[in-house]
Amino acid sequence: MYWHSVTLDRDACKGCTNCLKHCPTQAIRIQNGKAKILKERCIDCGECIRVCPYHAKKAVTDGFEILDRFRHKVALVAPTYCSQFSKAENIDLMLTALKKIGFDDVFEVARGAEAASRKTRELLESGELLKPTISSACPAVVKLIAVRFPNLINNIIPLRSPMELAAEQARREAREKTGLKDEEIGIIFISPCAAKATEIKSSLTVQQSQVDGAISIKDAYLKIAHEINKIPEAEIEHLSVSGREGILWATSGGEAAASGVERQVAVDGIHNVIKLLEDIEDGKLNDIDYVEALACTGGCVGGPLAAENNFVAESRLKRLCKGLPYEGAPQDGGIDPFWDRPLVYRPVMNLDQDIQKAMLKIVQLEEIYERLPKLDCGSCGSPTCRALAEDIVRGYAQETDCIFKLRERITELARGMIDLDAAIKNPAKPDEE
Amino acid sequence: MDNTLDLHFTVDGSDFTLAGETSSKVKKTLNQLGFNPAVVRRVAIAMYEGEINMVIHANGGTIDVQISPERIVAYLRDTGPGIPDVEKAMQEGYSTATNKVRELGFGAGMGLPNMKKYTDEMEIETTVGEGTTVKLVINVQQA
Repeated sequence: MYWHSVTLDRDACKGCTNCLKHCPTQAIRIQNGKAKILKERCIDCGECIRVCPYHAKKAVTDGFEILDRFRHKVALVAPTYCSQFSKAENIDLMLTALKKIGFDDVFEVARGAEAASRKTRELLESGELLKPTISSACPAVVKLIAVRFPNLINNIIPLRSPMELAAEQARREAREKTGLKDEEIGIIFISPCAAKATEIKSSLTVQQSQVDGAISIKDAYLKIAHEINKIPEAEIEHLSVSGREGILWATSGGEAAASGVERQVAVDGIHNVIKLLEDIEDGKLNDIDYVEALACTGGCVGGPLAAENNFVAESRLKRLCKGLPYEGAPQDGGIDPFWDRPLVYRPVMNLDQDIQKAMLKIVQLEEIYERLPKLDCGSCGSPTCRALAEDIVRGYAQETDCIFKLRERITELARGMIDLDAAIKNPAKPDEE
Repeated sequence: MDNTLDLHFTVDGSDFTLAGETSSKVKKTLNQLGFNPAVVRRVAIAMYEGEINMVIHANGGTIDVQISPERIVAYLRDTGPGIPDVEKAMQEGYSTATNKVRELGFGAGMGLPNMKKYTDEMEIETTVGEGTTVKLVINVQQA
């Protein structure tokens, strides 16, 4: 039902509370000393991957062996990719390096971003969109809205992601170039993002992804780092075609700037995104027309599968853009930019299918919550005392999972034992008279 | 009625940044109860506007919410200055908010009109110098 790419390495997990406390959708519990991901709640934002000190949280991506499945392999390059290396500004070198590690060709996702920007401007000008319009670029945010902000589903601009648009164009060009069949061509995304890996396998808004697999930037990093020092000047191919408009989508504010509207806001970091979406839901953002919302701090350069510090990456990205035109190669001839599957609400917060029963549960929940210490320590395995109360009424936990409640019970029992012991040593004297 | 869920809240009038906390809690509760998102939105917006009014004009008050599967009723009570002319207050754009409040982006004169717009019934009981009670009713249409 819900495929998601964030998984747990059980052996590495210590059962600490780091991921538990950071998860923006309360999708993690600690059970029997190990983290457990509630799959219907996970939005693949990757927060847990970032905070886990034991590297027990991982994202499922493909290995390089996926290249063996295809005759013609195209690297679909996220704009974040170049920014990971100190030689970022030499884009042609960075792209040529991909051709040295097993790819036959490269295609920049920034070209898809340019196409998405053009369409966004057109739609915003048409006045047909609900305001504030929310970007559809970040799959973690789209998923977040689907599970937590059903009232904002219609505010999302229903455009396929730059990755999808670029993939379709890449496949088309590869077909023309090679004469091969679709299934012989592999379009492989070089990804800083866990949610994009999910989008490829099971998107909420696209029926069939044009992307065949995803290799994380982390996994490709060393191979590329070795290559770039070895490539002679003469072998560097001219492969860079996209402009800075598309490339800057990888940083916070890039997409919003390209939207062409003045009343825009760019928010990054999943917890900030949630705050802003709550404000939109309450009708507070009446003076804003376009919202760019990216789950990762700094934007895609801060992706959980990126290798470089996001601030450094952003600096490099801005530098490499200096020599580029605003718009690069035009594309999108005949490519349908829209979703082909409507985004639907996936309720995960309701306590029961039946409102009447849910009402009883909420009364219980409040009673239990009142008895809990409200320290939100996470030791019970639920992220907060309220979440524990919720888990108890759902039947997944019990009150003594709280170590403070357990301590109370033990003290009570111990007192009972002492009383009993005293009763044994000093039995009440039978009435002698 | 035994099949209603009653919630009681105190709205703090001293801290402007806390205005909206109650409507946000109610929103969360309604989502947990599994109400239709459209209903939740109407309740949240109407209550938020009311809560803001209580903080701007009346230094806070109390909110009682009665939830049943058929309807959601909220009573917003304050002991503020009261509304001298309810009819005028109901007009879009009419506002008695101070410049300071307007600088914060409120006081556009849309509070009561919006509350009316998003509810099925709205009753205002007000006495100048004593306070105001607003009753909001949102019916749950079963799909």
